[in-house]
Amino acid sequence: MSHKIVSKSKLSENVFTAEIEASLIAQAGKPGQFVVISINSEYSERIPLTIADADPEKGTIRLIWQRVGKTTAELADMKAGEKIANVVGPLGKPTHLKNFGTVVCVGGGIGNAPLLPIAKALKKAGNKIISILGARSKDLLILEDEFTPISNELIVTTDDGSYGRKALVTEPLKELCQRDQKPDQAFVIGPAIMMKYCCEVTKQFNVPTQVSLNTIMVDATGMCGGCRVEIEGKPKFVCVDGPEFDGHKVNFDLMMKRLDAYKDQEKKAYEQYKKHRCKIGLA
Amino acid sequence: MTEKERQQLLKKQKTGELKPADRYKIPPQDMPEQDPVERTSNVNEVATGYTETHARLEAMRCLQCKNAPCIEGCPVQIRIQDFIAAIADGDFKKALVIIRENSLLPAVCGRVCPQEVQCQQKCTVGLKFKDVGKAVSIGRLERFAADIDQNEGGAPAVAPETGIKVAIIGSGPGGIVAAADTRKAGHDVTIFEAFHKPGGVMVYGIPEFRLPKAIVQKEIDVLTKMGVKIVCNFIVGRTRTIEQLMKEDGFEAVYIGVGAGLPRFMGIEGESLVGVYSANEYLTRANLMKAYDFGKGADTPIALSKKVAVIGGGNVTMDSARTALRLGAEKVYLVYRRTEKEMPARIEEVHHAKEEGIEFHILQSPKRIIGDQNSHVTAIECLKYRLGELDESGRCRPIPIEGSEFQLDVDTVIIAIGNIANPLIRQTTPGLQFNKWGNIIVDENCKTSLQGVYAGGDIVLGAATVILAMGQGRIAAAAINKYLEKKPKSHKKPG
Repeated sequence: MSHKIVSKSKLSENVFTAEIEASLIAQAGKPGQFVVISINSEYSERIPLTIADADPEKGTIRLIWQRVGKTTAELADMKAGEKIANVVGPLGKPTHLKNFGTVVCVGGGIGNAPLLPIAKALKKAGNKIISILGARSKDLLILEDEFTPISNELIVTTDDGSYGRKALVTEPLKELCQRDQKPDQAFVIGPAIMMKYCCEVTKQFNVPTQVSLNTIMVDATGMCGGCRVEIEGKPKFVCVDGPEFDGHKVNFDLMMKRLDAYKDQEKKAYEQYKKHRCKIGLA
Repeated sequence: MTEKERQQLLKKQKTGELKPADRYKIPPQDMPEQDPVERTSNVNEVATGYTETHARLEAMRCLQCKNAPCIEGCPVQIRIQDFIAAIADGDFKKALVIIRENSLLPAVCGRVCPQEVQCQQKCTVGLKFKDVGKAVSIGRLERFAADIDQNEGGAPAVAPETGIKVAIIGSGPGGIVAAADTRKAGHDVTIFEAFHKPGGVMVYGIPEFRLPKAIVQKEIDVLTKMGVKIVCNFIVGRTRTIEQLMKEDGFEAVYIGVGAGLPRFMGIEGESLVGVYSANEYLTRANLMKAYDFGKGADTPIALSKKVAVIGGGNVTMDSARTALRLGAEKVYLVYRRTEKEMPARIEEVHHAKEEGIEFHILQSPKRIIGDQNSHVTAIECLKYRLGELDESGRCRPIPIEGSEFQLDVDTVIIAIGNIANPLIRQTTPGLQFNKWGNIIVDENCKTSLQGVYAGGDIVLGAATVILAMGQGRIAAAAINKYLEKKPKSHKKPG
């Protein structure tokens, strides 16, 4: 049972989105959940990707990914009409949705993708949404248009100042926390280092903060434990205990080291792939 | 034994003149194996299997006991003395037909069943020599019968279609048996598997060098031939719940055989450092994901280890240690807090591990795992142990010796101390009862607290073997067939 890519497009230089057939997942998926895909069954690795959106009637889900290594590059090179061999899910616990009051949603880079369905659902649950979207530069900012209609307030930052405010997301986040009416809840999704610093800010102001972690996974059903992170010093599995955790309790430093566990091998595999693409004249 | 002697034995076998005295005289037949040094640099199967000559000689060692005590030792009650007689007669096809009556996985079981504590433990020949090692090698003969017929693989007969839908959750050994047995009764059987390939522990856990994946696939193909549907990438509890399967999708009975679940960690400092694996992760990367071919096609990486410590004393510990060697480790330590005598691993596996150069550190256990500034493992700090009184497991309790700390330099640690129940089914199936360890509570027929829902294998037993899971699959399937027979017909007759 393979999954057809219905449509595919580019959101920025290295970020891609595709709508793929996966009717059962489209029906069952809830905000905060993810899928694991592998392109073919023999040799492909299994990687977790967030369900950015789902259309239960059409039977499709939307995936957004950044080209960072071999598998994500291979996926980026696929075209509409082609098929992905394995898509399994929905995985992980759904976001705990309720009316917190004012929620600040902070997205960094590719993190805007998993943040979007959560922000939408929070809006629907009656929350006032303040979105802070960060990117290194204008070209790398994704999904601004989709955050606009659901945000009561939208702040865009870029590291180089090429668009929006020249700042890291932590700056406007801190300012929000300093307001008389500080946010009741924060949701922060992005690179580990960004989540770490955002959590340091919100902790200072006692703003409860949920983060969604994207660690290395194999089965993603709790069986391997490769995704484990330290929460208050205790091991927790991102795939079954998460992916969302209380950001103030996460050991981000260790998580970042674990994310780099296969850095050299991943780099080698990516280089090999690029070389191969060149050779056959596709790149 | 000379060729002439062998021919005489075969002649006597043919004419029915082979006496117990003749049979006792035949030496136990060893199974050829790859050289221990050579085999650590490949993932090919270690034991290469009997030839016809070996098999017929070994089969003639069987006394053909009237009461066949060996069958009592078999969780799925294979007619052992009959299939062995067929091998002695040279009718290998008949042997396999007899085995398949009760087991769809002869090539698997012949390899991985702990025969020394099951059928072979009861064997009269072994008892006579007061050595289970001299019992008839039932497992090797089973494997021989299965391997020699790999391409034929006739599927067992299926009763006329009943049109009743049965869901089997998990495609491991228990699920395969439950699927086969309910399908034989004519039901419309679907297996749901979470991974992208069926086979459960036989494909993700047990290594290629002990159980080639092609063999597992061929045995699973027999199920497909019987008309069992296999749906991969389907997580019951997430993709659909048991309730949805039964209330909305029309399944009238469910067998839960989801396996072990979450890996157990030790709760010591440093267990989340880079380079610390659960055995589940290490073996899944190596087996299912074929990390041994990383850079040569496979995309899944695994640690490039030099010195590895594997913690535990079971079969999975041996598998992990031997896998690490094959992935290029220079030194592999097996660290176990009791002694070799208490190890739950099969003697054969312990023997293979030692033969390949795994260094055994018994009466030791890690106290903490030490890492460098990059959070990479550099060493484990161990404590020495001594054995105390018997504990509730019937083994001597290991007692740490205070002040005995010492360090073992390693770059990789694999923790192979068992599993705890996966909570997914528990979290998503209201009304299903579990014990305090999270294992499903079942009666003697593997029936759960929910009508029409049965369970078996590791999710019930905690930790079992392939064959015990198969035994439960069989019990559950018999109960499901009986239940469906009595159940008022709510289903549509097949058109």
